[in-house]
Amino acid sequence: MRLEPIANPGFARSTLPPVLAIAATVLVASLLAMLAGANPFAVLGLILKGAAGSKFALLETLNRATPLIFTGLAVAVAFRARFWNIGAEAQLYAGALMTIVLGTGALPWGAATLLPVLALAAMLAGALVLLVPAILKVRFGVDEVVTTLLFNFIFLLFISLLLEGPLKDPMGMGWPKSERIVAEARLPRIVEGLRLHWGFALALIAAGVVWVIERRTTLGYEMRAVGLNREAARFAGIPVNAVLIKTALLSGGLAALAGFSEVAGLKGSLTLDLSPGFGYTGIIVAMLALLNPLAVVAAALFVAGIFVGADSMSRAVGVPTYLANIMLATALLLMVLAILLTRFRVVRE
Amino acid sequence: MTGAEAAQVVLRLDRITKRFGALTANDAVSLDLRRGEVVALLGENGAGKTTLMNILFGQYTADEGRVEVMGCDLPPGNSRAALQAGVGMVHQHFTLVDNMTVLENVTLGTEPLWRWRSDQSAARARLAGLVRDFRLTVDPEARVGSLTVGERQRVEILKALYREARILILDEPTAVLTPQETVDLFATLRKAVAMGLSIVFISHKLHEVIDISDRVVVLRHGRVVAEMATADTDRHVLAAAMVGSEISAPKVAPGNPGAALLQLNDVSTPDRGNAPGLKRVTLALRAGQITGLAGVSGNGQAALADLIGGLCVPESGRLDLDGQVRGRWSPRLAVEYGIARIPEDRHKTGTIADFTLTENAILESYHKPPMSRSGWMNWGQAEAETQAIIKGYDVRCPGPDTRIRLLSGGNMQKLILGRVLEAAPRIILANQPVRGLDIGAVNYVHEQLLKARDRGAAVLLISEDLDEIMALSDVIHVMSEGRLSPEFARGTMKPADLGVWMAGHGFEQRSANAS
Repeated sequence: MRLEPIANPGFARSTLPPVLAIAATVLVASLLAMLAGANPFAVLGLILKGAAGSKFALLETLNRATPLIFTGLAVAVAFRARFWNIGAEAQLYAGALMTIVLGTGALPWGAATLLPVLALAAMLAGALVLLVPAILKVRFGVDEVVTTLLFNFIFLLFISLLLEGPLKDPMGMGWPKSERIVAEARLPRIVEGLRLHWGFALALIAAGVVWVIERRTTLGYEMRAVGLNREAARFAGIPVNAVLIKTALLSGGLAALAGFSEVAGLKGSLTLDLSPGFGYTGIIVAMLALLNPLAVVAAALFVAGIFVGADSMSRAVGVPTYLANIMLATALLLMVLAILLTRFRVVRE
Repeated sequence: MTGAEAAQVVLRLDRITKRFGALTANDAVSLDLRRGEVVALLGENGAGKTTLMNILFGQYTADEGRVEVMGCDLPPGNSRAALQAGVGMVHQHFTLVDNMTVLENVTLGTEPLWRWRSDQSAARARLAGLVRDFRLTVDPEARVGSLTVGERQRVEILKALYREARILILDEPTAVLTPQETVDLFATLRKAVAMGLSIVFISHKLHEVIDISDRVVVLRHGRVVAEMATADTDRHVLAAAMVGSEISAPKVAPGNPGAALLQLNDVSTPDRGNAPGLKRVTLALRAGQITGLAGVSGNGQAALADLIGGLCVPESGRLDLDGQVRGRWSPRLAVEYGIARIPEDRHKTGTIADFTLTENAILESYHKPPMSRSGWMNWGQAEAETQAIIKGYDVRCPGPDTRIRLLSGGNMQKLILGRVLEAAPRIILANQPVRGLDIGAVNYVHEQLLKARDRGAAVLLISEDLDEIMALSDVIHVMSEGRLSPEFARGTMKPADLGVWMAGHGFEQRSANAS
């Protein structure tokens, strides 16, 4: 067997493999549910119900999708230019840290001024965190996969240091937890009484903005050119290093918005479990979305739905929530395969 | 008699049809190849030659038609079956592993991957036999990365012979060779034919086709338009069949040289791996004049092209433009100054394969009006510009939204020409501008260069093809190991004289005089 490239895949060929990948994911999940001694239809039904079966469930999914949209966009933007940012986790925490530092009473402003300032400051912090690996890469050729990945651990330890020291809440009964942000720094709910904050709307806007940047601006054109063929881009006069730096700043800023949105919209304070790996899951989201910023929203909803649904299913029938992780891993691997099949046909020898 | 004749047919392509979307690359193409015969496949860029051979070799699957080798049907889309049936292919772009030795490259894929120990002595002996029988001189222990292009091609041919190929397909084999290497290649091919092999020879160069082939099959727009015995034809007939009308080589009137637009004063650049940098080169490119740069590839031409194209700066010496010294230097500054750059490798540096024609057409101009304004792209303007290039430079394509990877080399080159010439450049850097192109596209490119010269542009033509250099250039330099020969006026040097300089003689005396 070997693969032969397809010049012009038709509609069926470009849509069928991804659909089959989702179907196969469901099948694998069913088998695992049976292994755990549960009725697979009940498990899948409960996941679906837990993700979107009620107003509460749906809002929970949207809330969970919000940081994933931001980190997914951050990764999609960076990967588009072939800048492998694996450090969205650190950038997320940088954004959260900035929100706490400035949002716990340091700035005596009303919400209308304070929130935009906090968001921009968070983006700046995330951008600066990614600027270091970007400069190391363009100046000295240091592999950004290594630096961004390892920086995650360094930054998390740094946050831990701050939470045990200067940022520790004096009223926190000894827990490594920061003070709560002031009321003016809270992202309000979109509809009063419903548990969904403006962070979600901001994420949708961010997706739209990234889409416009990629399709309509010179920066987007440069990013795509650098990603597809760095040598040709350099020959044509595109300032490759400057484009990589700009891409890193944008990517870091987007990931930091996830931290801002989680702190200001949901948690109100900073702890070490603010993100259950949103930065890493963002890579899955971006890959599932084929790096398309609008598809990132759909992929984030899908991933969030599986997590939220699996939580609720686990409470009901006792199948471990790890099923969600396996489903996502299966979905990602099969989707990569499916994408291959939309561009190549298998030829039997 | 008819029975004996039929038995001699080793390869039969029967009504092969292949479509890529709206484009029909091959339209019911039939071809017979007999034992001990050389059939030349002749045609313009995009005529469907390479597609046809890729179908034969199982890299594409034909939509209709079948392939028969030694009387047996070949399963479609199966390279391994083609190899086993005795079909060997030497691609236009080599498929060798640079960091392996010649022997390892040749045996790669013929032996099981997982074994405790490998017995190379048998393989080495067989390879030595092939090297001797076919006079394919190459060191079996040399790393492929250190070989010249001609030697790499020999390795490709050895690879096919090692797999006991009875049918050799050579796709544009001479495009990358020096004249002497071409002569050697032809000697090898004649030997192979004498030993009973059959050869399909794909080329654009008419005199080579006439030189080597027994029969010629001419493709145009995916169809066979002519098939004739080589003895019964001549260049004019073939050229006419290929492009549909008689082609005449451009009549080159002498140029009208003006002021020097670009000057190198005693410029040196660092060596890069095996490729030498420039060694104290002094050169002036004058308006209204084509300066030809002859030389065997890998003798510093790349360093010169990179320097003028803005990709590197002199280590010592001065690069003067318009008589002024430029401090900063970059590709974008080069374009802004009015240097049109036609790169040596149109696939890797000239275009971005997965970009559309439009996106490729604006690679050098996207950052300023009218293509964009304060960071916002004007795609309408970009597409209009691309349409103009497609029309003005006869780029054959389904439309401006097509990915450029689907275009043939010639059409890709035409788009690059359009991209750089639309801005009416003052200096044109043409690095191997017609490599791998057919005669129609070659003439087209040459006409465009001459037109630009007559308009007053200074043209630097870098080529390994001495005929091309001598036909077009008003003055000629030769480059060898990074050194530049003095300027020779048109008609003052014979090819043999230039060959002496190309081989590296004459420079010592000159530097002795200079010091």
